[in-house]
Amino acid sequence: MNDLANNRMSASNSHRIDFDTPALQRKRRMRALKDRMARWYVSIGGLAVLACITLIFFYLAYVVAPMFGGADMEAREAQQPSWLAGQGEALLLSIEEQNKVAMRLSRSGQVQFFAVKDAAPMNDFQLALPAGASIASVSEDQPGSRRVVLGLSNGQVLVFEHAYKVSYPNNVKTITPELIYPFGEAPISLDDQGRALEHVAISQNGDSLMLSASTGAELHLLSISREENLMTGEVSLDEERIVLPQIAEPIKAMVIDPRQQWLFVINGKATADVFDLRSKSLNGRYTLLNGEAEVTAVNPLLGGISLMIGDSKGGIAQWFMVRDHDGKAALTRIRDFQLENAAITQILPEERRKGFIALDAAGNLGIFHSTAHRTLLIEKVAEGPGSAALSPRANRVLVESSGQLQRFAIDNPHPEISWSALWGKVWYESYDEPKYVWQSTSANSDFEPKMSLAPLTFGTLKAAFYAMLLAAPLAICAAIYTAYFMAPAMRRKVKPVIELMEALPTVILGFFAGLFLAPYVEGHLPGIFSLLLLTPVGVLLAAFAWSRLPERIRLVIPDGWEAALLIPVIIVIGWGSLGMSGYLENWFFGGDMRLWISNDLGITFDQRNALVVGLAMGFAVIPNIYSIAEDAVFSVPKSLTFGSLALGATPWQTLTRVVILTASPGIFSALMIGLGRAVGETMIVLMATGNTPIMDMNIFQGLRTLAANVAVEMPESEVGSTHYRVLFLSALVLLSFTFVMNTLAELIRTRLRKKYASL
Amino acid sequence: MKTKEQNLKTWFKSGSPWVWMTASGVSIAVIMTIGLLAVIAMRGLGHFWPADVIEAQYQVPGEAARVMAGELVQEEQVPRARLAAAGLPVDVKGGEFMTRELFKVGNREVYGSDFSWTVAEWMSEPRTPEDLMVMERREWGNFYGYLVNVKENGQVVAEGEAAWDELQNRISRVDDLHAQVVALEKGDIGRINHGLEQLRLESRKLELKGQLDATAQADLEARRAELDAEYKGLESRLIDLNQQLGRDSVAVKTADGREQDIALSKVVRAYQPNAMGTGAKLGFYVAKLWEFVSDEPREANTEGGIFPAIFGTIMMTLIMAVIVTPFGVLAAIYLREYAKQGPMTRIIRIAVNNLAGVPAIVYGVFGLGFFVYVLGGSIDRLFFPESAPAPTFGTPGLLWASLTLAILAVPVVIVATEEGLARIPRALREGSLALGATKAETLWKVVLPMASPAMMTGMILAVARAAGEVAPLMLVGVVKLAPSLPVDGNYPYLHLDQKIMHLGFHIYDVGFQSPNVEAARPLVYATAFLLVLVIALLNLSAVFIRNHLREKYKALDH
Repeated sequence: MNDLANNRMSASNSHRIDFDTPALQRKRRMRALKDRMARWYVSIGGLAVLACITLIFFYLAYVVAPMFGGADMEAREAQQPSWLAGQGEALLLSIEEQNKVAMRLSRSGQVQFFAVKDAAPMNDFQLALPAGASIASVSEDQPGSRRVVLGLSNGQVLVFEHAYKVSYPNNVKTITPELIYPFGEAPISLDDQGRALEHVAISQNGDSLMLSASTGAELHLLSISREENLMTGEVSLDEERIVLPQIAEPIKAMVIDPRQQWLFVINGKATADVFDLRSKSLNGRYTLLNGEAEVTAVNPLLGGISLMIGDSKGGIAQWFMVRDHDGKAALTRIRDFQLENAAITQILPEERRKGFIALDAAGNLGIFHSTAHRTLLIEKVAEGPGSAALSPRANRVLVESSGQLQRFAIDNPHPEISWSALWGKVWYESYDEPKYVWQSTSANSDFEPKMSLAPLTFGTLKAAFYAMLLAAPLAICAAIYTAYFMAPAMRRKVKPVIELMEALPTVILGFFAGLFLAPYVEGHLPGIFSLLLLTPVGVLLAAFAWSRLPERIRLVIPDGWEAALLIPVIIVIGWGSLGMSGYLENWFFGGDMRLWISNDLGITFDQRNALVVGLAMGFAVIPNIYSIAEDAVFSVPKSLTFGSLALGATPWQTLTRVVILTASPGIFSALMIGLGRAVGETMIVLMATGNTPIMDMNIFQGLRTLAANVAVEMPESEVGSTHYRVLFLSALVLLSFTFVMNTLAELIRTRLRKKYASL
Repeated sequence: MKTKEQNLKTWFKSGSPWVWMTASGVSIAVIMTIGLLAVIAMRGLGHFWPADVIEAQYQVPGEAARVMAGELVQEEQVPRARLAAAGLPVDVKGGEFMTRELFKVGNREVYGSDFSWTVAEWMSEPRTPEDLMVMERREWGNFYGYLVNVKENGQVVAEGEAAWDELQNRISRVDDLHAQVVALEKGDIGRINHGLEQLRLESRKLELKGQLDATAQADLEARRAELDAEYKGLESRLIDLNQQLGRDSVAVKTADGREQDIALSKVVRAYQPNAMGTGAKLGFYVAKLWEFVSDEPREANTEGGIFPAIFGTIMMTLIMAVIVTPFGVLAAIYLREYAKQGPMTRIIRIAVNNLAGVPAIVYGVFGLGFFVYVLGGSIDRLFFPESAPAPTFGTPGLLWASLTLAILAVPVVIVATEEGLARIPRALREGSLALGATKAETLWKVVLPMASPAMMTGMILAVARAAGEVAPLMLVGVVKLAPSLPVDGNYPYLHLDQKIMHLGFHIYDVGFQSPNVEAARPLVYATAFLLVLVIALLNLSAVFIRNHLREKYKALDH
């Protein structure tokens, strides 16, 4: 390197040219500067590549990370509004959608709306209770319905809804709370004897309302259907009293599921009687807790399928109806959560997700998620028992305790993801057993997202396995032959073909597999299988026949051209076995192998199945494995092979005992790179499989891979949602997998190259 | 016998059978590649040939006979039992196989589907009448049948022999009118719409800055009125043209005798394949091929051409090449010429190799998250606040597709360029340095010119790789049907934020998402053939350049 800036050229040798004129000095300095700039420029450019891959990695991780953080809760200023004094305990607290207005129901029947922020009072309403009656019990319908039922001391119930109207007078958003009586302002009578209703439950499904109430161990059940006359618009109510078998012990709580099929009656210490409302009979009696513990709080989750049952020891259990093999439903304990040790007083379900919060007698609040089986946060929010409300978006909690209102802001964006939800078997609602399921979206809003990556990972590995099954032997055979036996003239012709094979866009292979290969394979199943069997046999036969030919003919074709000779042989075998496919089907499979497989073998058959994927993706992977393996075999030092041959070994012995042994790390790294490619391949599996996320090794069934799943679902997922982040996680999984594979392969190859160099 | 056994044993011992087995690997790979290309080429190119239209009597046992006409698309031998299992009234007796044929019968509005499977044994009296006509239409697919007469404003103007020539004349008139309508809609009206949109954005921009005062408003209003007036004139011309288009119609009759009228404005072309000689068919073939590469798609991409997809692919790869080449070359120069060969360069090399092995879909996810939402979102907030909430760059588009492909293809350029740099003999560099040149000068004046073919190779390979990649593009800016090309006559002429169509995605979309896959299939094959052809040519040229280069440096070494 010439250091121009510092090395002043001596002028003594030159008599005619002065190299140190200011102009030349300036020029030299400029050149040195340019040189340094170029160095910097190039170095920065080079390092940018490294930055690029780290950026990809970190960006993906950055998007994924928030999923695994817990929940945060931040206490806001506590309020002690004057109107609260003397109101007694709160029967019900609630916050509306915008987190602006809250509602409080007191035992005297006063509904007070107030601002969430500063607890300033807004409208208040006095419920029209019959003279002399007071509120004995209260219950809410489905989360989000805002429908409340009150059990009165005179055996009647009152149903009302609290609604919030949003208007924009003078461009200011104003929320006006109001009360609605969907079934009339008059109370509905449930107990003819006029005893106090200690517990009530409500469920509305379309126009049918189901009310239940209890006095002691006695159960009252009323079904009301509402009919609107189309002509007159007149509303008529049709009441029906349902009589159920009696219950032995005092009732503690009741829940009616939203489809009005089940009535859960919690009674005694910890017993649940489940009634089938369709057949009006007892489904079963279940013991919820063992030992000393008692049930202290019950609430269904969003969707009403799961019951969350809190006990006096701070435990919360999820139960739902599960069908056994005979189709009989039974209340089953699914999973448990633990708050602290005090009794659970309140369980509040979220309105958008399968999460819930729980409050205990000591003032501890816990945030949980059922599907993910996750405890996101436990914090003390009050000194002693209180009452809480969870906002519809599950981002605010309002706690009332000893005459004080306390607001909390909750940040809990992704509770539904945990290690077990992603990779383990999860018992989803309405499923008969824990399963691996991927089902990210659905039409209805109370849907439980099932985001198990297990079936997708399984599908990915299954596709890669079948692809490697075809590609690995073929590619390695071809690589060994090309590198070791093939005549150079033929090598020059074959290599571009393989390079072309590598360059073929995967969308072409996928389309070919999906539109041509899949129906063709389906129609020629016996032919395909006989092709797989007959090709090796046919090749051996052809080889043997060739060796029997008179020398005169054999010498026409020099060594190293066997592959060319085999091309017509293989074409004939292929043509023959595919041609006799129909006859094989007629002889052995009653004319239709596909039917035979599904009827006689009992195996499901999809047209776009793993066999097709294996063939197509095998095709895509062959050139990747081939080129690296060929390179490894070809660069085995000639001295080794010549030595072996000189000692009398046959070429085949030299190959198996010397060449392959030496090149085996290279071949191994070729396989790893091939596997990495097969795992990340998107278009082929997208087009050649049915994209069904099932876990089954069956070669005749479809699959769904991580990559195809990303391609299918990414455009529809909402930015920043859990689904979006899970898709990023699958991309990160793919990236990490191929990263490990490629890095290992690269390290092995570098070591191998060093070894060759030393030989 | 014994010698034979001995022979077999020694033969096995010699290892020769295993050599043959390994050889079969090469043969199978070659057969698979060439077979795949052959199938795609045959099916893709065969589609444009005007096949004879067959008319025949078809009688399913137990049903009334009917006349059907169509092109034979596919023919296969099926075991009798399978047809019976499919619910067809197959006679149990007879040969083991039956021939099943797929006919394209067209007339979707009459039959409900373009295709019909038939059993050859039930078909009789096949014939190819010369006056049987195929009519390509803008909707409902092809029509197969006979021409009855040609009408103008509902009045018959030509019948019988004369009708065919009259029809051809009128179709060419309709074609002209159609071209005018398209030119008007895309050109002038498109420009006015663009202008109106610009005015809206301008006024919003001023509003955001708080400068939307009375003078500005009046100015905008004046310009808007000008455009509106211009639009009124164009609109009346358009209505006039459309009226002229609707003038003519034809009465036609299907093979089984159902008559109907077809408006000529819906007809693209009509031809009588059975009456065409080989020369005429060849001419027709070339015309169809030209239509395929130069025309816009029709009927949800299942008919017509794929020009927007070709244009989109080229545009995207061009932009990608412009981004990727300097970046990749820079990295290669750093690795080969500047970096100390130590752990750092090893890490970078591994990173480059990794980058090449990362699944393409991961780039798509990264592109969508980082480029589109992070970069694009920020650009929108900084430079296009006036068009909010509609995103400009914060949505998938041409620029992001090109950028994503650029990171995907950068390892290809790096590897090829590095190889080229490595092949330049040391002596040349040393000579240059010895003469007093700085390293940068040596690089710029000696090394790079010699390595330029290698860079060229790298770029070509990168383009080939990018042109064939689809998975990431589905996330970052490729759509099934783009309303307009990313280049047009409206400022800034090249619309980097637009969504584009792409050959590879076109194949996926038409082949798998289309409602009428059977009808679209030949077109998918043709598109696939085109894509393969382009990529094969790119790759072969890269191979050629590389081999040429190797020879050259071999000569320099001695």
